[in-house]
Amino acid sequence: MPLPREAAGGAMPQLSTAPQAPLLRARGVTLQYKTPDQLITATYRVSFDIYPAERFVILGPSGCGKSTVLKAIAGFLHPVEGEILLKNHPVAEPGPDRMMVFQEFDQLLPWKTVRQNVMLPMLENGIARAEAEGRARHVITKVNLNDFVDAYPHMLSGGMKQRCAIARAMAMQPDMLLMDEPYASLDALTRRRMQDELLQLWDDIRFTLVFVTHSIEEAVIIGSRILVLSARPGQVRAELNSPGFAHGERAGPAFQALVQRIHAMLFGDDQAKP
Amino acid sequence: MSDVAMKLTPLARQEYEYEIHVPATIGDAARPLALAERLWNAAGVRRAVILVLLACLWETYARIGNNPLLFPTFTDTVAALWQGIASGVIPQRLGVTLRMLAMGYGIGLLLAGVFVTLAVSTRIGADLLSTLTAMFNPLPAIAMLPLALLWFGLGQPAIVFTIVNSVLWAVALNTQAGCLAVSPTLRMAGQTFGLKGFRYVVKILMPAAFPAILSGLKIGWAFAWRTLIAAELVFGVSSGRGGLGWFIFENRNLLDTASVFAGLLTVMAVGLFVEGLIFRTIEIRTIRRWGMQQA
Repeated sequence: MPLPREAAGGAMPQLSTAPQAPLLRARGVTLQYKTPDQLITATYRVSFDIYPAERFVILGPSGCGKSTVLKAIAGFLHPVEGEILLKNHPVAEPGPDRMMVFQEFDQLLPWKTVRQNVMLPMLENGIARAEAEGRARHVITKVNLNDFVDAYPHMLSGGMKQRCAIARAMAMQPDMLLMDEPYASLDALTRRRMQDELLQLWDDIRFTLVFVTHSIEEAVIIGSRILVLSARPGQVRAELNSPGFAHGERAGPAFQALVQRIHAMLFGDDQAKP
Repeated sequence: MSDVAMKLTPLARQEYEYEIHVPATIGDAARPLALAERLWNAAGVRRAVILVLLACLWETYARIGNNPLLFPTFTDTVAALWQGIASGVIPQRLGVTLRMLAMGYGIGLLLAGVFVTLAVSTRIGADLLSTLTAMFNPLPAIAMLPLALLWFGLGQPAIVFTIVNSVLWAVALNTQAGCLAVSPTLRMAGQTFGLKGFRYVVKILMPAAFPAILSGLKIGWAFAWRTLIAAELVFGVSSGRGGLGWFIFENRNLLDTASVFAGLLTVMAVGLFVEGLIFRTIEIRTIRRWGMQQA
């Protein structure tokens, strides 16, 4: 299933029929968090814009603060400097308009079935039961979990759990879907299939995706726009467009060239460090 | 290893590809076990057999010893138990005991709820609960009985106070530990749903901590039941209405040893019923079904 090329350039307003405003703006965001014995600066003055229907990938080496950026967008922590604006309002706290899918498999509520897991956020946010049931049925079909609607999470494989988490997030129809290395704990085959499924889902619904990964290949496959962060403290190294590679093109020269280009950026940064 | 000639090289071998047989041509892929084997696989059956063997052993030993004052036979004990139940004495005593237990257990849970709410919402509350549990948890609740008698006088309030003491700290400690152990991912997931405050605690924290809460309830029950019987044995009577412990004590004074045994059996039976049936059913319906505890 080839992806529409024009959507990949959504970051550039002149390509769209109407000028778009960014959905989310990060301006000079410095993030710090405390461990029991250290104050760690995760990112330093990071700025970027995310436009509607973009597949925005935050890419960087381990510990570059990319997950911290995502947590800041979600509202779990606040910038010590700079600001994050969602639709021109500062992000204050976590909320159902920015649903998040985590890397860990234990993000599903073990005491609820797949259907109940998908429905809980909707019911808690005042969506009528009938409407919630309809939406749940729709998204569960979309992520191919129809045979497991009444299964409890412990009966599901890792890939199915991630699918259920994606369904739970999609059902809320959030402004943006945040994904924190959602496929990092999966085996290579499952991961590839899940990447394709996610792209297919995006093609159907055209939601705004913010996706964190440390894999260059995954970033190039998933992203329409890639934010490359340097090693800690994370600073913006580059912001690149990815044209959207269909399955067959992933061994091709264009794909390899983009991967190599990003690799050189990250690798060069590493060598420059003392 | 330096000798190159000593290195093993893998044998060059032929490749194979086989057709897979359809299951019907192999025979049954799964076959039910024989009835006897299935029966023996049921834990209930095995335990029943052990109980019968123990009863036989008891009967034989008591008959050989032939001293009903020290060790009555199994049949005598069953007769005494039956008579106690038929005459309504044991049910009435059991009722008194269970009423006190329910009161103490209920108040204990209520207080534990208050302490845990404080502990999960404020840091000073957590410190308070940790300090109090560290102080009172190692103290056998029955040791508070003399003090309770001094404060509340002889009778039920003193015993209820003692039970509250035995339940409160075990339940509070486990519930707090369970809440602290809830994974950060699950917490964050709950927050992205927009859940806050009381709804967050009820919808996310409590169910996620339920395995620990349930084990707290079980420990609390075990402490309470043992403490209650012990307390009744010592000062169990107020205005002529004692419980099971008092029933045992009374019959010992009357040298009716078979009834003492009958009383002990009743204590065991209630314990088994609550632990083996009530708590087990809750476990199977909840944490076992949710995969939060392995069988």
